Amino acid sequence: MISVQRDDFDHCEQYQALKEEADGDGAVVTFTGLVRDFNIQGAVSGIHIEHYPGMTEKLLMHICSEARKRWQLGQIRVIHRVGTIGPQEQIVFVGVTSKHRKNAFEACEFIIDYLKTSAPLWKQEGTSEGMKWVASRSSDQEAMDRWANTANLS
Amino acid sequence: MIQIKFFASLRESIGISSLNLEYAGESTVADVAKELVERGEEWRLLEERDVLCAVNQTLCGKDARVNDGDEIAFFPPVTGG
Repeated sequence: MISVQRDDFDHCEQYQALKEEADGDGAVVTFTGLVRDFNIQGAVSGIHIEHYPGMTEKLLMHICSEARKRWQLGQIRVIHRVGTIGPQEQIVFVGVTSKHRKNAFEACEFIIDYLKTSAPLWKQEGTSEGMKWVASRSSDQEAMDRWANTANLS
Repeated sequence: MIQIKFFASLRESIGISSLNLEYAGESTVADVAKELVERGEEWRLLEERDVLCAVNQTLCGKDARVNDGDEIAFFPPVTGG
C-alpha cells in the first residue's frame, strides 16, 4: 500500500493493518519519521513538502518492488505526507512484514534510504529568516550506497 | 509538443512551474536544456551538474532520448523522508 497524502496518519492503525495482513509472517518492522524542531542553523517552526505528483507514487511502487527482489516480504506500507507539517508531527511511515525479523529490518531500512535519495520530494524548513529549502545530505547517499551489492539477496 | 516541469528551488529561481515546447527534433534532455538556457540568465541553472531530470516520470541522465509527447522534468536533489 502506497499513499502520498496531506493528512496525518494513525501509526497504530497502520501497525494493526500490517498485523492483520501478515498472514503467518513472524515479524513486523515499522519506521516513522518525525519533523525535528531543530537543525544546524537553529530552531525549526515546521516544514513544507513539495512533490512531483504521479512520479512520487510511481517511484514508491518501484522502491517496493526493488525491496521484494532483495528480500522475501509479506506486506509493505509506505505513507509520505506533503504540504505543511508542524514540528514533531509525523512525515513518513514505512512498515514491512516478513517471516523472519532480519528481512523485515533490512527491507524497512532499505526502503527509507531509497526513498530519501530518489523520491521526488523537497523539503522547506521554517527558520527565523523564513522558509528555506533543505540541502541534500551526502550521508543519505552513503546510507543508500550500502545497499548497492544486495541486488541478489533472496 | 513536449511538456516541461520544474520543481522546488529550481521552479522558484526560474519563476515558472511548467511550459510546453513545440517539439523541434531535440534528441536528448541535454538538447532541451540547451534550448531553454537561451531564455535568460536564471535558466542556466538547468545545466548545473546536480540538477536531476526525469522523462515520463522516470529518473534518467541528461543523455536520455526525448520524443514528441514526452513529459520532461528538471529538479534539484531530493530531500524527502
